Amino acid sequence: MSGMNDDIVFRALADANRRQLLDRLHEKNGQTLGELCRGLAMTRQAVTKHLSILESANLVSWKRLGREKLHFINPVPIHEIAERWMNKFEQPRLRALSQLKKNLERNDHD
Amino acid sequence: MIMTSAVGSSFVYVTYIRSTPEQVWSALTESEFVRQYWLGADVKADWKIGGSWQLVFSDGTTADAGEILEFEPPKRLAIRWRNEFKPEYKAEGWSLCVMELEPVGEATKLTVNHSMERENSKFIRAVSGGWPEILSNLKSLLETGSIAVTGEEP
Repeated sequence: MSGMNDDIVFRALADANRRQLLDRLHEKNGQTLGELCRGLAMTRQAVTKHLSILESANLVSWKRLGREKLHFINPVPIHEIAERWMNKFEQPRLRALSQLKKNLERNDHD
Repeated sequence: MIMTSAVGSSFVYVTYIRSTPEQVWSALTESEFVRQYWLGADVKADWKIGGSWQLVFSDGTTADAGEILEFEPPKRLAIRWRNEFKPEYKAEGWSLCVMELEPVGEATKLTVNHSMERENSKFIRAVSGGWPEILSNLKSLLETGSIAVTGEEP
């Protein structure tokens, strides 16, 4: 399941227009479709389509406020992807550090 | 139901956890769970509407404090939330954090909306760094039984 989700996230990110939409939400969170379309070289239909791809990858969330639908960037899936590899690199380093600490502390008592 | 205003600072985080709403609810409200994934903090609360709520660091200092506004297990929890340990955040006043749980297939969709009726809130910006980490930790704790990142030095 998590592998499948990663594919969806990467596919959603593999498009400059969608990354631009995420950038705009990162700058100002909680925008309506109208606000998001302002100043973009994309039709409203294209923005709607890209937003639905971002939503199905869980990269954009939204909530209703009265009659408006506000869009939010959801950084949780990106964080999970980063963590997946960061930890692999960090674990040996952290183990090495803790081993070093143990060795040094043992030497104190010699 | 409490509504947040359109103006101000707001974040909405969503994660899908392979677990039941009841288990996710326990993980959000029980100290034995919270201190395993909440970056070194623990929760102390009187779990009822109007009850007090606190996040406490391991040295006993209060990180954040507030009041429970909505308590509807295992669906909806709303907290009136203020930072207590950083004067510049505390000065911004009250924020609102609403957590919603909803079963989706074999998973639970957890939505966290943290907001403040103040433009460019520094506090909301600060928690926006912490929430993805806390939610990823919570997800791995419930799905695999161990967490990815701890709040403390190894």
